[in-house]
Parts: sequence; structure tokens; C-alpha cells
Amino acid sequence: MPSTAYHAPDTITGAIALLMADPTARPLSGGTDLIVQMRSGRVTPGAIVDLKRIDGMAGIREEGGGFVIGAATPCTALRNHAGLLAAWPGVVEAANLIGSVQVRNRATMAGNLCNASPAADSVPALVAAGAEAVIAGPAGVRRVPVAAIPLAPGRTSLAAGEFVVEFRLPAKPAGGGDAYLRSTPRTEMDIAVVGAGVSLVLGADGICTEARVALGAVAPTVVLVEDAAAALIGSRIDDAALDGVAEAARAVCNPIDDKRGSIAYRKAMAGVLARRAVLIAASRAGVIA
Amino acid sequence: MNAPTKFDGAKPAYRHVGTRPVRPDGVDKVTGKALYGTDFKAPGMLWGAVLRSPHPHARILSIDARKAEALPGVHAVATGKDFPTLQSLVMHVGEGASDIVDVARNCLALDKVLYEGHAVAAVAAVTPEIAREALALIAVEYEELPFVLGLEDALAPDAPLLHDDVFTKGVEPKPDKPSNASMRVEMGSGDVEAALATAAVVASGRYTMEPVHQGYIEPHACVASWNADGQAQIWCSSQGHFAVRALTASVLAIPQADIRVTPLEIGGGFGGKTTIYLEPVAMILSRKSGRPVRLAMTREEVFRATGPAPGAVIDVRIGAAEDGTLLAADVEFKYHSGAYPAVDAGAGVASAIGHYRIPAARVVGTEVLCNRPAAKAYRAPGAPQVNFAVESAIDELAVRLGLDPIELRLKNASGEGDPQTSGVPWGKIGWTQCLEAAKAHPHWSAPLGENQGRGIAGGYWGNYGGPSTVVVSLAEDGSFVVATGSPDIGGSRASMAIMAAEVLEVPYEQVRCVVADTASIGYSMVTGGSRTTFATGKATVEAATQVRQLLCERAARMWNVPAEAVEWREGTMHCISGEKAGTSISVARIAPMVAHMGGPVSCVSAINANGWLPGFGLHICDVEVDPETGHVAIVRYTAVQDVGTAIHPDYVEGQVQGGAVQGIGWALNETYIYDHKGRLDNPGFLDYRMPVASDLPMVAAVLVEVPNPDHPYGVKGVGEVPIVPPLAAVANAIHAATGKRLKSLPMAPDRVFAALHGCA
Amino acid sequence: MSRLHVSATVNGDATDFLCDPSASLLDALRDQLGLTGSKEGCGSGDCGACTVMLDGEMVCSCLVLAAEAQGRSVRTIEGVAEGSVLHPVQQKFLEHAALQCGFCTPGFIVAAKALLDRNPDPTESEVRYWLAGNLCRCTGYDKIVRAVLAAAADLRQERTPA
Repeated sequence: MPSTAYHAPDTITGAIALLMADPTARPLSGGTDLIVQMRSGRVTPGAIVDLKRIDGMAGIREEGGGFVIGAATPCTALRNHAGLLAAWPGVVEAANLIGSVQVRNRATMAGNLCNASPAADSVPALVAAGAEAVIAGPAGVRRVPVAAIPLAPGRTSLAAGEFVVEFRLPAKPAGGGDAYLRSTPRTEMDIAVVGAGVSLVLGADGICTEARVALGAVAPTVVLVEDAAAALIGSRIDDAALDGVAEAARAVCNPIDDKRGSIAYRKAMAGVLARRAVLIAASRAGVIA
Repeated sequence: MNAPTKFDGAKPAYRHVGTRPVRPDGVDKVTGKALYGTDFKAPGMLWGAVLRSPHPHARILSIDARKAEALPGVHAVATGKDFPTLQSLVMHVGEGASDIVDVARNCLALDKVLYEGHAVAAVAAVTPEIAREALALIAVEYEELPFVLGLEDALAPDAPLLHDDVFTKGVEPKPDKPSNASMRVEMGSGDVEAALATAAVVASGRYTMEPVHQGYIEPHACVASWNADGQAQIWCSSQGHFAVRALTASVLAIPQADIRVTPLEIGGGFGGKTTIYLEPVAMILSRKSGRPVRLAMTREEVFRATGPAPGAVIDVRIGAAEDGTLLAADVEFKYHSGAYPAVDAGAGVASAIGHYRIPAARVVGTEVLCNRPAAKAYRAPGAPQVNFAVESAIDELAVRLGLDPIELRLKNASGEGDPQTSGVPWGKIGWTQCLEAAKAHPHWSAPLGENQGRGIAGGYWGNYGGPSTVVVSLAEDGSFVVATGSPDIGGSRASMAIMAAEVLEVPYEQVRCVVADTASIGYSMVTGGSRTTFATGKATVEAATQVRQLLCERAARMWNVPAEAVEWREGTMHCISGEKAGTSISVARIAPMVAHMGGPVSCVSAINANGWLPGFGLHICDVEVDPETGHVAIVRYTAVQDVGTAIHPDYVEGQVQGGAVQGIGWALNETYIYDHKGRLDNPGFLDYRMPVASDLPMVAAVLVEVPNPDHPYGVKGVGEVPIVPPLAAVANAIHAATGKRLKSLPMAPDRVFAALHGCA
Repeated sequence: MSRLHVSATVNGDATDFLCDPSASLLDALRDQLGLTGSKEGCGSGDCGACTVMLDGEMVCSCLVLAAEAQGRSVRTIEGVAEGSVLHPVQQKFLEHAALQCGFCTPGFIVAAKALLDRNPDPTESEVRYWLAGNLCRCTGYDKIVRAVLAAAADLRQERTPA
């Protein structure tokens, strides 16, 4: 059984070269998915490329009203950034539902995204917020919407040698609010049976002008529910709009029956959580940034 | 002179019994110094690993380990062929009986594998990585066989047969064909059908659940060292090192005295560590390699290959008169034995309905073999499953008759002298006292909010006494050491020190308690069965009493007075009559002299403790159900239990709280999930969902004390009762909150949602 | 594959050890450094029995590669007490009987101390959610939560002498 090498490059180009040198090499951020998979034998990387020693890979900064989050930033660090927490509480919440405090002190949204589990908690919130991922690779740097990265369970659109270096969140629009809710059997420590991320904008008159509703764990990859957004835009988030959101959420589900939830239950919860997350996002939309 | 043995209502004013001192092993445990199964290292130790079957049922055609043996760093390989040929012999070790042939086969399969995860080979190597690499080089040829997982499926006439030599025990005449029904137990009397026909209301239903695991956080682990001269040492995490010695010696066909088993600290057992899995395998690897070998399970191995509590199908009918008098009960259940015959059915039958006076009753239990890991004891083994059905049915009767659920139970509650299901009368039990205490508790009358409901359930467990050996020795400065053979799984060293200090009337800190290995003390039965504070406690009291008597005799000899003239008070010997009256000597002053004046003072008590009494409990559970998601939150929980006398109330409360929470986990989220290939789909703590701290409120433990006349301090076993009532308490609370009675565990959110909204 | 040489500060002492590239920090602590106080309950980050402090944050050491500890500071259960003086969390665990088998206890103590170092006055709910990553099968958590709240009260008194 070939053994694994460990590298801790201190530059992005160094990391790219190491990943290109071994097609089975894996980038390491928090390790809370990769190490678990290595222990269970699910993955056997020839090399681990630890990204955490690269300058600038961890940390949060404000830029032009928006936020730049280094890919190696642990989830708990997101909570400690007052500006990010105030602007995008749904994204911060989502990331801070992963695992336990111990796990969150290591886990990163980049790892959560690139592990490409359909049930990843941070992904629906990032997609709803319109986040983009900045990717470095042998061909240079490119920037894509977060939703473009997961292709199928365990598979991403990243090419050989590529890895996420940072996330970019837009500035919170005036009258904007976001939220993330998930359904789990216990209060903590579970993988989401359904996750719902919502971001919306309410005008001064209370009418919704923008909305994005994203669902996790109901399909092979995160789903942006266009019909849910349509039900919200132009409405005052009344019962009819909420019913529309719930119905759209249920309709778009294409889940599997597995040890974490049945198809029927996931469909039902998609409707319930989308509705509840919309209400929370709407209540936050009234808060002055 | 002795501690009182009669209890006339008033609890004596104890010096130490009932206090809450810090346990003697506590500092080691909060500083990380205590040594558990994998913390112990022997010099030159090799690392072992076990190869396990990927198939739930298969014949082993061949095992080729040559490549593994040739791998540099590998020092030994073992298979089932390395065990001697054994004759069938049923051993009553641990909690329940097992045939030693089955124990050996479970440690290493020989001809067949009977469940996914069944051990087929093992290696020992210089590093854990090389050991794992070696496993991958062992080529096993299997002939896959049809497998069966479900209870009903295993009983079907064309079901795959696990053993062709198992004929259902307890059936007359003996069946002429083997089957997967390994045992049938029946108890009861009276004409049940006739009595049911007269009932105003009959609550009937089928209740089901899958197996659940004990969930101890520490996986099984041991180190074995077997020398060429035949003598061996084993260090292991176990609830009973004498059981480890007996079972290992029997599997290997060697004298028990050749093995010295040292119990390490144990990270939880709950019954699951009263047996052996790894020890004989580690022994073989050690003999072959000439070095000590450590074998430890991963968490995944614990789930795939160690005994859970059986799943069950329970059919119950209970009939009552209009005024709530119970008239008849018919309870029939089947338990998953797993791969080898198990014995929970007997305890299940005895634990089903004995807490009520029911004139006509019939309880029948059947053990069913299936291709799952062999079931092992889990806290009150056999009782929680059947209690779930019975207490749910009782709740249904209360609801349909419009009766208060505590009053209904009080009306029918068994008391001292009433017959158990076996016909034997109950002794001095505290069941009605628990019901009364619950009724008077503020929880019972606390208001409930929206979507909230309150449920109660009661239950019991027989407990046990049995053999224990304790030695109490005087150190040369007047301090004492109490040595027992009972591994400490939850504070028993503190309780033994308390009881000894009580007898000796000296400060608690003057008495230290240790757990001795199998070579250093006489036999003790496992720490299990809720027997330790009772039986080992009795032996402790007896040995301590002998010590004080002996010291008085030595003082008498020293003063040249008759022994009756010397009295022991608070660690000092006083001459109370004759010309030397008024003379006294403290134990600290006599201690340096006694060894040379008649011999060291060290007294052994080796007893088979009788006179144990069962424990009873009544739990009150409040839940809040989210009607849109089916989530059930436990908002308040009170566990009332008759404990006899609480020697150390903190640790008694701890047993009650811990058992209640295990029951809550069993009720809400824990279950085994298999895929269509008969492989376990959730062998880890991520998807085997045990309660976490944020899932629970505080658990109020209310200790009712109805002392046991047959224990010097009135002790009744406490450890197992608390897991019995929670399953029905939670289900009854969900019913109260929603109007829906769930009859299948676990009551996870999707199941509750389905019950509320009528969908799959 | 050759082993890596790692230098780190463990419980305040400069330490070094050799490790396989894929070995966990937990393995290195237990098997190379003999610090067996941190336990393996699951090896997959689901039980918290391996909890240690890494550069001041609590982590599951089974999910950290030993190699990642290079140049970092690790504090384990063995480094919680100051010499033989127990930390209030350890003391309260003893006084409140917040342990039965004691296997999960080191993880809980490290985690609880991490909480109180950040939040000196947590509510019961905050304690429960912070400790949700630490499994206990023996106690039902009741006495653990009480011990942590009592330690918090103790520490608050110490910090603001009357």
C-alpha cells in the first residue's frame, strides 16, 4: 500500500506544482473531511498538500463593502468578524453548524464546498448570498460562482492542480437579509437531512425586490430554486408567497432515500425549512447594516 | 458491634454512608493519568489487527496468509485453526450463559462466518500500519450463502439456517428439525383468553425495534503476553477480569491459574464488556511471536462485530375492567440473538409484567438467530424492549378509561408478598413508593406549554448478588487498604471505601480501595447485573468487621483481658470492663505492633451474596414536538427509583441519569441500519446517533430509599433499572403531545412526522 | 516512506518526535510522546475524546495530522493542572461527580476550560452547545454541565476578589 507524503508549501505556485506532480495528491485545509476519508480508506492520496502555511490563505478582509475570505479560514473565525457576521449572518450560521466546535475550529468553507457532499451546510448559504470562489491553478486564476463548483457527490469542476484560494461575498445590499436552516435528527453533530439558504432584499415599502433560495441535501448538488425566488419577488412575504416558496422547494427536490432521510421526509422538510428561512431572512432585512 | 441489618423505617445516622466524598481514583482521571485499555504498553509489544468478513453469511473455503507472513515486520498470523478443538460446554460467565465453542468461533471463525464483521484472521506486526497492510495480503476464499436479518424472515420455514445443530430449547417435545429459534421461554398462569374476554377495554398492539449498541466510548482493547512456559499475562479493559480469565483459558484449553489478568481502567461497558472478543486472539499472536501483543478495536469494528442489545417484535394484549383493574395480559416477543444463541428472552419474560398484579397472564419470549453480531448484555438485558410494549399498553388503557396514569399503576401495583410472573413472591420492593414519590413530585403537576405532552412509565430489574472476594488489610500506620476483584466502572471504589470506613469508624481518607488482579485476590463475578455495591459491598463490610474484631482481640491479648472486655469505637480500642477499664489504644498506635504480635491483620471475605432485591423505577418525561418537522425535544425528565440505600448518592444519581439518557437515545434516534447486502450502514458515531449534551435537559434523579434488610446498609442494585422505563415514557409523552402512539423505535423526526401526517 | 521530524511545544515544553506523514496528532501524542490522557473513541471527530488545544483553539486531535503540529503549540489534559494544583474545572468535576468511567473526561475538561477561557459566564444552553462535540455515555451530561457552571462561578469569584 503506497504511503502518503506530506507537504506544506508556503506559496500558491508551490502548492500548484505539488498537486500537478501527483494526480492523487489532495489539498488539505481543515482536514475534517479528508482525514476522515483517509482513515476509512475511502481516499488514498499519494500526497497531502497543506495549504495553511501559504500567506494570505486564512483571514477575512473587507473590500469595497464586500468580503474576501481566505480559503483556509476556519468556520469559527467567521463568527469573530463583526462586519461579516452583521452582513451575512446566514453564511456564518451555516458554516458554524458543521460538526462540533472542535471541528469548526479546523473546518473551512472551502473544504466543505470542495468535498462536494450534497449535504454540505455552507454551500446553500453561499449560493444564496451570491458568493464567488477564486480558484488558482496551472492556467492562472479564475473566478466562478460557488454553485459552479460541485458537479456530483464527491466531484467538483476543479481541474488538475486547481484549488480554491478565497471566497468573495458581495456587499450586503440595503434592505438585505440572509438565513440558513437545516434539519437534523439531533440538535448537533449530524449531517443535514435538508439545508435551506435564503438571501433576499426588501424595499423600504416592504416589497421583496431580490431573492435567492438554495437547497442542500435534496439533490446530487445544491439547487437554486428559481420558482421560490419568483414567488417572493414582488410580494410582501405574505402567506401566499410563503406557500409558493414551500411548494417550489418541494417540487425541485430530487433526493435519495438513505440512512439520513427518506425521499418523502426530505421533500416535506425542504418546504418547511425554506419557508422558515425566508421568514428569518425577511426579519433580518429590516435591520440597519 | 456489626452494622445494623434491620431497618424499621428510620435510616440510621451514618458517618459515611450517604455522603459524597471525592472518589479515590478521581485525580488520576481528571488529569489523564489513569490507564485504560490502549494506554498500557508492554516492553517489546507488537501491534495486532483483525481481518473481518465482508459477507453476512458465508463458508470459509480457504485462508492463505503466506504473503502476510512474509511481509517484513509481521511476526505472527492467527486463524480459527489455531484454537484447540473444543467440546461444547455452557459457561455461566458474565451476564448470561454461552457455549465456549460459540465464544471461540466468535473470536475467530472456523468454517463459517455468520455476520459481516466476523473475525477470520489476525496479525501482529511491529507497527499498526504494517499490521493493517498485512491484513490486506491475507487471501480468504468465501462461498457466499443466503443471509437473513429480520426476525420474521429468520423464522420462516425456508429461512437460511445459521447453525444446523440448534434445536429450540424450551419446547416440548424437542423439535426434530434445527431452526433459527434457539430458545423459547414461557411463564404465567391463569386462563388469559377467558379473562381478556371479560375486560371492558383491551389495549393491544405490535411494538418493534432494531438492535441498539451499549455505546461505550472506549473500544475493546487488551495486551496479552503468553510465554513459552505456558504462563501468560493479560491487561485489558473489562467488566470482569475473572470472566476474561475463565473464558480465555477455556477457549485455549489451558489452566486458569496460568493466566494473570490485570484489569485496566474501563471506559464504559454497560454489559458489553462482560465477554471476550480479542483476548484469546492476542494470546495466540503472542505465543507465536514470542512478544506481547496489543489488540484494540476501532469504532467501526465495535459496531460491526460486538454484541448489541437485541431488536424485537413484541405483541401485547392487556385487558382491564372499567375501574382500571388489570384482568389479563398476553405478551409474546421475539428477540434477535444474532449469530449465536443468547439468553435475553428469559430475563425479558421475567421483567415484562411482574410489576402489576394480573390474575391471568402469559408471557412468551423467543430468541431468534440471524446474521448479525451476537447479542450481548446491555443494561437490564431483555427488559427495556418488552417494557416498551407493556408500558405503552398500560398508557393506552389509562387514556381509554380516562384514568390518571399514576393512579392506574398504583391500583394494580405489586407489593411485598405479591407473586412475580414466576410465582415467587416479591420481597421488600419499593414500587408503590416510587409511584407515590412521582405523584408528589413538582414535575407531575407542572404546567405544560403548546405542543408539549407528559408521559410516564415504570419498570424494574431483578438485580443479582453472587460471589465476591474482598480483602481488608491494615497498614503499619493504621490506615487500611480494601482490595476487591470488582472492576470499577462508575465509582465503586468510593462506595467500598465508604462502607469499610463506616464499619471501622475511621475517616474516609484512612481507607483506600484498589482493584486487584486475578492472581492477587480470590474470585469475583463480573461488575454487572447491578451486583457490585450489594455483593462486593457485603463482602467489604464482612471483611472490615472481621478486621475490627481481630484488632480488638489483639488489644485484649496485649492488655491481658478477655476479648469481650474490648470495644471498638471510632478507630480506637477501649477496655470497658475489669481492672484495665478506661485503657485505650488507637489503631494508629497498635498497627506497627500487631504483625509481630500474632500476625499481620488482613481479613478476607469470600461470599456468595444472597438476599439481593430488585429495583423499581418510575420516570416522568415531558416532550415538545414540532408538528411541522416531527422533532421531539425532551424538555423535562424526572427519574424516580428505589435504591435501597444510596451509599454514595452522587454515583447512585449518576447511574440513574446515565441509564435514563441511554433509554432516551434508544427511544429517539439509535438504531442499526443495514444495506441490502447485509452490511451495517452506520458503524460510527456520526450515524449511530447517541444523545449529545445539547439534546437534553438536566435529568432529575429522585432516590427513594426502601432499604434491603439483607444488606448491612440496605443496598439494592441501581445500575440497570433506569434504562427500562424511558422508551415508553418518551413514547407516552409523544402520545400526550400529539395524540399519536408510536409503536416502532426509534421515534426519530421522520417517523414522528410520518405518524402525524400519515405518510411514508 | 520516511518519517517526518516534527518540533512543537507540548504543554509548555519544547518537544519533538518522528511520525508517519499520515499519522494523526492523537497518535503522536499517545504513542510517540507517551501522553495517553487524550483518548481515541472513534477516530473520526465524532466523539471529542481526543480534544486538545492547538494554538489556543480546541480541536479533535484525531483530525489533525501530526505533521501539522510543526512549530505549533499543543496543550493536552496533562497540561491543564498547574503542577499538582488542579484547575477549577478539574476540581469541580471531582466535587460534582461529573465522571463515572472517566474515559471522556479529559476531552470534556479541555473543552470546558476552552469555553470558560472565552466566556466566563455561560448559560446552561451555551455550555451544552459548546460541549455537543463531546460524547459521554455514562453520565447523561447532567453532572458535567453542573460542574462546568460551578467552575465558571468559581473562576468569576477568583477574578473579582471581594
